[in-house]
Amino acid sequence: MDIAVTATAHRIEQLDSVVIRFAGDSGDGMQLTGDRFTAETASMGNDLATLPNFPAEIRAPQGTLPGVSSFQLHFADHDVLTPGDAPDVLVAMNPAALKANLGDLPRGKTLIVNTDEFTKRNLSKVGYPVSPLEDHSLDSYQVHAVPLTSLTVEALKEFGLSRKDAERAKNMFALGLLCWLYNRPTEGTERFLNTKFARKPDILAANLAAFKAGWAFGETTEAFSVSYQIAPAPSPSGHYRNITGNTALAYGLVAAAHRSGLPLVLGSYPITPASDILHALSGLKRFGITTIQAEDEIGAIGAALGAAYGGAIGVTTTSGPGLALKSETIGLAVSLELPLVIVDVQRGGPSTGLPTKTEQSDLLQAMFGRNGESPVPVISPRSPADCFNAALEAVRIATTYRTPVLLLSDGYLANGSEPWQLPAVSSLPELKVDFISEPNSVDKNGKPSFRPYDRDPTTLARPWAIPGTPGLEHRIGGIEKADGTGEISYDPDNHDHMVRLRQAKIDGIDVAPLEVDDPTGNAGVLVIGWGSTYGPIAAGARAARQAGIAVATAHLRHLNPFPVNTGDVLKRYRRVLIPEMNLGQLSMLLRARYLVDARGYNQVRGLPFSSGEIADAITKLAEEPLS
Amino acid sequence: MSTDLGIPSFQPGQPLLSGLAGVPKLDDGDAAQTRKDFTADAEVRWCPGCGDYAILAAVQGFMPELGIKRENVVCISGIGCSSRFPYYLDTYGLHSIHGRAPAIATGLATSRPDLNVWVITGDGDALSIGGNHLIHALRRNVNLTILLFNNRIYGLTKGQYSPTSEPGKVTKSTPVGSVDTPFNPVSLALGAEATFVGRTLDSDRKHLTSVLRQAVEHRGAALVEIYQNCPIFNDGAFDVLKDRDEAAARLVRLEHGQPIRFGPEGERGVIRAADGSLQIGLVSEVGEDAVLVHDAHDPNPAVQFALSRLDEASLSHVPIGVLRSVSRPTYDDLVRAQVDEAVAANGGRATDDDLTDLLAGKDTWTVTN
Repeated sequence: MDIAVTATAHRIEQLDSVVIRFAGDSGDGMQLTGDRFTAETASMGNDLATLPNFPAEIRAPQGTLPGVSSFQLHFADHDVLTPGDAPDVLVAMNPAALKANLGDLPRGKTLIVNTDEFTKRNLSKVGYPVSPLEDHSLDSYQVHAVPLTSLTVEALKEFGLSRKDAERAKNMFALGLLCWLYNRPTEGTERFLNTKFARKPDILAANLAAFKAGWAFGETTEAFSVSYQIAPAPSPSGHYRNITGNTALAYGLVAAAHRSGLPLVLGSYPITPASDILHALSGLKRFGITTIQAEDEIGAIGAALGAAYGGAIGVTTTSGPGLALKSETIGLAVSLELPLVIVDVQRGGPSTGLPTKTEQSDLLQAMFGRNGESPVPVISPRSPADCFNAALEAVRIATTYRTPVLLLSDGYLANGSEPWQLPAVSSLPELKVDFISEPNSVDKNGKPSFRPYDRDPTTLARPWAIPGTPGLEHRIGGIEKADGTGEISYDPDNHDHMVRLRQAKIDGIDVAPLEVDDPTGNAGVLVIGWGSTYGPIAAGARAARQAGIAVATAHLRHLNPFPVNTGDVLKRYRRVLIPEMNLGQLSMLLRARYLVDARGYNQVRGLPFSSGEIADAITKLAEEPLS
Repeated sequence: MSTDLGIPSFQPGQPLLSGLAGVPKLDDGDAAQTRKDFTADAEVRWCPGCGDYAILAAVQGFMPELGIKRENVVCISGIGCSSRFPYYLDTYGLHSIHGRAPAIATGLATSRPDLNVWVITGDGDALSIGGNHLIHALRRNVNLTILLFNNRIYGLTKGQYSPTSEPGKVTKSTPVGSVDTPFNPVSLALGAEATFVGRTLDSDRKHLTSVLRQAVEHRGAALVEIYQNCPIFNDGAFDVLKDRDEAAARLVRLEHGQPIRFGPEGERGVIRAADGSLQIGLVSEVGEDAVLVHDAHDPNPAVQFALSRLDEASLSHVPIGVLRSVSRPTYDDLVRAQVDEAVAANGGRATDDDLTDLLAGKDTWTVTN
């Protein structure tokens, strides 16, 4: 962009880290604005983490508090573990956005407000008797009052657009301004707009013009005396991209199918916040991927299981309410001992709960939400990019051990993003699968026969015998089966034996040992977590250590089975703290299993923990006198 | 044997591929199959006198005539007496959970064009707990042969009324009579956009075999309702259709292209009234030309539906045979075609480089230390 080269009149300051929150009406395009700023920031080599936060309603009433949508981005010249506890900059596109978010903005920080939207009507919609821009209530912030809407309309007057269409480009004006303020490159956004609006030249021209006008506004007005630079974060050599959890998860499934040489069949039913995985995979047919949008959640997992029976990698994706509906079919898969991957992108519950907000409250459902003794391996990614690895690991366990596997992502991981170092395809785990092709036994007449429930002595997996294989015709089902032959059996001792065998198979799954981060080696407190609390726990522990507290951390990627050294690790520490976005589900499992007096730190606010909250909880526990 | 499952260009009225296209046929040197080849070792555990025996015998009897490889046949069932069927057929079999067989079969049939997939279900399994999966398998036209054993009662749970039980039925769970309006499974299937709908009787081996054979040959979802007697909890439910004289008066045998006449002497016929509705009349009074000629291939299901409505829970006029058999591209063929086209456009199976490009996306940056 030509105007960028003249950006010399302003002072440039170096910062090590910044948290920006874009907030506006659901129709204002805040998610897109945040995504684009993130992409530019990622391409500059900053480490980052994002937190989109939006209502379940597609368009809540305009200008109201329930309609506020926001996107927070934390970027730095060092490794970033969370989307940031509190913004340094809040961009508020209307009074509702200001009111909903101002409480999170520490005093002294920067507030950029779109003054055009502070009309009497909009103010009264959210209960402001007087405009906060006029009553000095914002005096303790650095306020930049910018008429974003009218500046955008003015910049676009030569395009002959309706006022409404012109106003819609105001998010691009804001993006341009912020890109100037933080010295972000602009080429990526220009390229993005060119692709997105390739068939609508009027709209393309307007958005580009608004974007450039926003940049020029920062450059030419005196309102902004300083712009900022944040140096790239040191990271290992390699190729990087920015990626959200849902995209990473979809790609992990594609990679797993590719490495296994088997077709992938996804059976899914639309549900927030998991639908993006269905969308992504439905566009990847060229990788031999079949997606079936089923009639309901049960039909979706049924189709996946049917495909798995036929020799495909069967996957179903859902969120908590859908997992509840799939329970019976998961039980069938446990009994059939067929590979199947069930992805639950957790959201606030119970029932419909908080569809667009994050929570970790499906752990016990994943562990136990079926009739009978029905053990299922459970794994959970720790960050958006880690969803890729978790998907590969889920497929590895499912195919190696012939079992359904539950992968617990969550709304924060699904929509949040971070930089991802691209792996070499050849370095990904090989997931070669062998179907049995010959009878594995002889019957009493000496003829070759097939025993579908004979087991591999190491993994206890049964053979995967797919239809179409001559000589292996067999019948299986959800009724208890005789060990080995797989024939229907109601024998008491056989049932006891089979229940224990299925449990032993899951208990014996080979998972990596639990690693502990205990820099001083003398920590009195161990903080252990799972899933998306990884970032806040690591950041909270870092803050506590800086304050002089010796604290250790550990992260459980495998929730079932637990790594074999879990009990040893827990017993090494006098105090164990377990932060969770639920009321203590992992706590319950660890306390029951290892008889350890672990302390929960629990929140169910639909939002990730802040690192400050974790640091405070660590400090409090560390300073508590030993009983 | 051809495994080319490219979608043929579709002309309304033109038959598509057979339901068995893509399923490997016996090789030239293979021994001819017999009933014994399709008989599993498992001891059959239905009650003595159960209508299921006759259906099993009919299926085992005609399967060898299809000339397809036994290992490519898969029988998927739900829960209920009928759903024990797969255990007795020496093919691949999956006895799943209540009502879900059509969903599981949809995933299997979509991912494996080389399989001949059957769904075995009952009135409770298919129409009550599994109603949703059934109607969606039918509207999608998944290449499945669905046998719905209708005994108008819950047998395995010992005698509760079912969604096809007649109004007023007194059962263990309806001691003063059921107040439910029953489903007519054939009407339901026609309303669910089914491309093949048939009805037959467990006791008429020849008719049963004929309808099932046409269902297997049909490419798409074929639903066959089989009236089946439960000797324990609903004995005699279809006796009026089994008594020679009564049957002649009540069974309306449908043959594509033939006038619809019935009665001991064929003296009655289905005629279309001036208002378009179907009525029963004496052929001697209305004349032969007035008798409706059955058109199972009519894309418009209106007349086929009207025929299905001749039936009442009292079994006064029961159309049997193939009510509807029309050609429409199947879900599984279309899904596979989209995947195949995308793979072909990619230049073949995805390579490591293709995956590398996918993972990288369009916005990458490089760090060099």
